[in-house]
Amino acid sequence: MRKMWWKILAVVFILYAIVGGLLLPAPDDLGIIQKSIRNLHFHVPMWFTMIILLLVSYIGGIRLLATNNLKFDSMASSFVKAAILFGLIGLATGSFWARFTWGTWWVEDAKLNGAAIGIMIYLAYYILRSSIEDDVKRSKFTAVYNLFAFPIFIVLIIIYPRMAETSLHPASGDTVGFSELDLDNNLRKVFYIAVLGWILLGLWIATLKYRLTEIKRIDEDI
Amino acid sequence: MRIFSILGLLISVPLLAQTPMDDLFYSSGKIYVVVAIMSIIFIAIALYLFRLDSKIKKLEKEQEE
Repeated sequence: MRKMWWKILAVVFILYAIVGGLLLPAPDDLGIIQKSIRNLHFHVPMWFTMIILLLVSYIGGIRLLATNNLKFDSMASSFVKAAILFGLIGLATGSFWARFTWGTWWVEDAKLNGAAIGIMIYLAYYILRSSIEDDVKRSKFTAVYNLFAFPIFIVLIIIYPRMAETSLHPASGDTVGFSELDLDNNLRKVFYIAVLGWILLGLWIATLKYRLTEIKRIDEDI
Repeated sequence: MRIFSILGLLISVPLLAQTPMDDLFYSSGKIYVVVAIMSIIFIAIALYLFRLDSKIKKLEKEQEE
């Protein structure tokens, strides 16, 4: 198999995150969080993966505009699709975690609303795609949309929550991130590997989608 | 025939009293059972992805020809 090592690495890293994340020592005594701190290795990497996939899509959009090669349109759209999957998983897991720490499924919070609007921006990307029939036109329109969407997404999901005055979510507003809670470095031993594993898995799923889209596109051209 | 001997082994496992495996999976409030189940689910999903990967690869090869 061609270049399979990183896919195996993804699987091994996530298995380590599952086993290590549940069994290795962690700060289990943090206020309302308690043992659910171990969600860190699963909920947070969803968002990191989404951001990386959207970055690849963004690069695909720029390359499309530079070369007019439609394969970059397949790349941009496939990576957005996979990114939305991870974003929705991130929202669902975050909402569930919130229910049993903050006591409610959703709160009016800069981090939560920013993330929700961020995902909607990319759902709109799909509505835009489906509204244009011509391939070439669609590729250019959506690439330009992507050019604006990604920086706004980053602002909504990272910068705007940090600027908020108060927040319940860690590392936004007046709250601290996990790095200040992880005094024994126990979380780090799993977290970094988990993030790498999930990002690799996301890239894998997105490239599968990309390759399939390319097969279909070339097939239609013939 | 080999599959039957493996099946037989699996069925007989619960009949064996206190294997080293039992010691592990009955300890620590059975958290190891959760770990095992999550691992099984994830490995299954990974295997599915590998299969999908090889199928797409086959399609790509067919298209090149």
